[in-house]
Amino acid sequence: MAFIVQATGIDAIKKMLKTKSNITDAFIVALAGNPNTGKSTVFNSLTGLNQHTGNWTGKTVTTAQGKYQFKDKSFTLVDLPGTYSLSSHSEEEEIARNFICFGSPHATIVVTDATCLERNLNLLLQILEITDKVVLCVNLMDEAKRKKIWIDLKKLSKILGIPVVGTSARSGEGLEELMHTVYKLCHNQITTNPIKIKYNEKIEELIQITEEKIAKFTNRKISSRWISLKNIEGDKTFLDSLDKYLGIDSAKILPNEEVDLNLRDQLVSSRVILAENISSQVVSCKKEKEYDFDRKVDNILTSKILGIPAMIALLGIIFWITIVGANIPSTVIAKMLFGLEERLTALSVAYRLPNWLHGTLILGIYRTLAWVVSVMLPPMAIFFPLFTFLEDLGYLPRVAFNLDNFFKKACTHGKQALTMCMGFGCNAVGVIGCRIIESPRERLIATITNFFVPCNGRFPTLITISTIFIAGADVGPLRTVIATITITGIIILGVIMTLVASKILSKTLLKGLPSSFTLELPPYRNPQIGRIIIRSIFDRTIFVLGRATAVAAPAGLFIWLMANTNVRDLSLLDYCAAFLQPFAYLLGMDGYILMAFILGIPANEIVMPIIIMSYMASGTIIELESLAALRILLISNGWTWLTAINVMLFCLMHFPCATTLLTIKKETKSWKWTLVSFLVPTIAGIIITFTVTQISRLSKLIV
Amino acid sequence: MKGKNIPLHMIACGKSAKVKELTTAGSLRRRMLDLGLVNGTIVEAIRKSPSGDPIAYEIRGAVIALRSEEASKIIVDVID
Repeated sequence: MAFIVQATGIDAIKKMLKTKSNITDAFIVALAGNPNTGKSTVFNSLTGLNQHTGNWTGKTVTTAQGKYQFKDKSFTLVDLPGTYSLSSHSEEEEIARNFICFGSPHATIVVTDATCLERNLNLLLQILEITDKVVLCVNLMDEAKRKKIWIDLKKLSKILGIPVVGTSARSGEGLEELMHTVYKLCHNQITTNPIKIKYNEKIEELIQITEEKIAKFTNRKISSRWISLKNIEGDKTFLDSLDKYLGIDSAKILPNEEVDLNLRDQLVSSRVILAENISSQVVSCKKEKEYDFDRKVDNILTSKILGIPAMIALLGIIFWITIVGANIPSTVIAKMLFGLEERLTALSVAYRLPNWLHGTLILGIYRTLAWVVSVMLPPMAIFFPLFTFLEDLGYLPRVAFNLDNFFKKACTHGKQALTMCMGFGCNAVGVIGCRIIESPRERLIATITNFFVPCNGRFPTLITISTIFIAGADVGPLRTVIATITITGIIILGVIMTLVASKILSKTLLKGLPSSFTLELPPYRNPQIGRIIIRSIFDRTIFVLGRATAVAAPAGLFIWLMANTNVRDLSLLDYCAAFLQPFAYLLGMDGYILMAFILGIPANEIVMPIIIMSYMASGTIIELESLAALRILLISNGWTWLTAINVMLFCLMHFPCATTLLTIKKETKSWKWTLVSFLVPTIAGIIITFTVTQISRLSKLIV
Repeated sequence: MKGKNIPLHMIACGKSAKVKELTTAGSLRRRMLDLGLVNGTIVEAIRKSPSGDPIAYEIRGAVIALRSEEASKIIVDVID
C-alpha cells in the first residue's frame, strides 16, 4: 500500500509542477506559510536558488522548486504560494492546498512570522488537519527580538505536538537545525502528535458521520477528518480536486446537505480562537512598544498631506541619484569602448579586411553593442539597487495603500497598484503578477494597462534622452534637476494613463464594479544592502543587459545592412524611413525614430541604439567620443525639445515588446485581448504625441 | 464616533472596537474570518490613506487596509 501511496503522490507532484525531472530519489518537502514571513528567504537560503523575494503579498504565484543536500540525502523543496488560509478563495490557496493534500510531500515546513504568530497559526492549524508531517519554522526571530517579543518555542512545540524551530533566515540562523529536523522527520526519527481542534458538539457529530462514510474510500491517502470538514464547509473546489487526484467521487458518497453558513463560521472561529489561545500562552511582549517605529514612519509616508508628495519625492530622489551617478561612468565607458573601436578599425585596415566585413562587424555589431553597454549599464547599475531597496523595505504596499482610492474610482482592483509596481521591473513579470487578482475582469484590465509603466528596458531610453537632451542646454546642477523632474513627470503620467485607461475599459469593454480586497501593510524590514546589490546586479542588471545585447547584435547588423544597401543612391533604411516620415511627422518625430520603435519590438532596450545607428549610418559621419556628442548628432538630425518629449511619450506609450505580448497571450489565452493590449497603449501614444505636437506647432512654440 | 452596532469604517482613527457581526456572505465573509475577524475580536483603526479610503486597521497583530465598502460590512461596538 505504501508504495502506491508514494507513486500517486509523485504523479500528482509531477502533474502540479509540470516537471519531467526524476524527483523520486529525493525527499519532497513542501514550504508553506503566510505572505511576508520570509518564506522565500528560507527557500533561497536552503536551496541557493536565486528566486527574487519581494516584501508584498502574492509574489510567488507559481510554485518554485529547488534542491538541497543534507547529510547523505537530497531534498526537493517546493515553495508554495504564500497564503493565509487553505479555504481556497484564490488560485494560490488552491495550489498550496492541493500540493499538501495530494502531492504527499514527505514533510511540510510551515514558515511563520515570529512578530505575528497568532495570525500565522491559522494556516498551521489547517495544515495540521491534513498532515502530521509538519515542522513549524518560526522565522524572523531577529525582528521579534528587536520588537521585544519573546516566544517560548519549547512550550509551543509541546502544545502543537510537532517540532518547532526558531530561525532568522536572513542571517541564516537556525537553518541548520531546520534541515536537521526535516531530515529526522523524513526518516521517521521524530513522531509527531499534532494538536486536534475540538469543534462544538454538532460539528464533531457531523464529522463522525461523514468520516465513517468516506473512510473506506480514502485508502489512508488522505485524512478523512479533513474531507469531512471540507464537506461541511461545502468547499466545492476541494471536492472536485478529490475526484481529480484520487478518484474519490464525494458527491456519490457523502451526504449532500445544504451548507449551513452558521457551522462554517463556527469552524473558522474555533480555529481563530485556538490560535489566540495558543499564542497567549507562548508569546510575551512589552506592551504596545512593538509597532511604534513602523507607525511613526507610516505617519509620514502614508499621511494625508505628505503621503503622495513623499511618494513622488522618493521616486524623484531615485531618478536624481541615477542621473547624477550615471553621468560620469557613462562617459568613461563610452570613451573606452569607442577608443577600442578606433583600434579595431585600425587593425582591420592593417590586415586589409574587406570593407563590408569591417562595416558589418565593427560599424554594425560592435558599435551598437558599445552604445547599449555605455548608455544602459551605469543607470541600471544604480537604479535597480535603489528600487530593490524600496521593495525590500516594504514600501510598495504603502504605494498601493496611498493610491488605492484612485484605482477604486477607476473601478479596478486594489492589487493593480502592486502589479503596476512589478511592471517597473519588467512588464512581462507585471502581466504574470496579475494572477494575484482574482476577478477575471479586473485581471484583464490590469494586464492590458500594465505597459503604461516603463520597464527596465525603457528606463535607459528615458534617462538618456532627458539627461542629454531636455536638460542638455543648461549646465550645472540645474541640468540634473530638470532631467529628474522630466522623468518623474513621465512616470506620473504613466500612472495617470494607467488609471484613465482602466477607467475607460471599465466603462466600455470590461464593464463592472470593483471587487472586494484586503491589503496587508507588512512591517518595515531592515533591507540587507549586500544582498540587494548582488541580487539587483545579477538578477536584473545583467539579465536586462544580456537580453539587450543579444537582441542588439543582430539588430545592429540588420540596420547596418539596411543602411548600406543602396538602391538608386538611397539606402533601404532611407526608403523605409521616408515611407514612415509623413505619419511620424504628425507625431512630432521622424521616420527613423518610428522605425526604431518598430524594430525594437523584440526588446525595447535597443530603440535608442537603433536611432543612433540609423543617424550615423545615413551619412552624418561623426565620431561619438562622449555623450555630449550624442546631443550634437541628434540636433544635426533635426531633433528639437519637441522631438525629445515625443520620443519619451511614445516610449512610455506604444506597442508592448514581443515578450510581454507573448506573456499576455499565454495568460489570457486569447488573441483578442492580446490585440487589445497591443492597441490600447499604441492608440494612447499616437493620440498624445499627435496632440502635443499639433498644439506646439499651432501655438508657434516650435517650427 | 461612539456607540454600539456601528459599521467599522465609521470609527475614528486611534479608536478600538470589538467585532459583533459580519453582514456579508460568500468569499468575502470567509476572507474576513480568515483575517481573524470573528466575534469579539478587537480591531483598532490606525490611519486613513491620503484620500481617506482605504483605512488601515490592526487586526490580531497584522495591519490590514480595508476599503470602506468592505469595512462597512463589519459591525462593531466602539471601546472607550
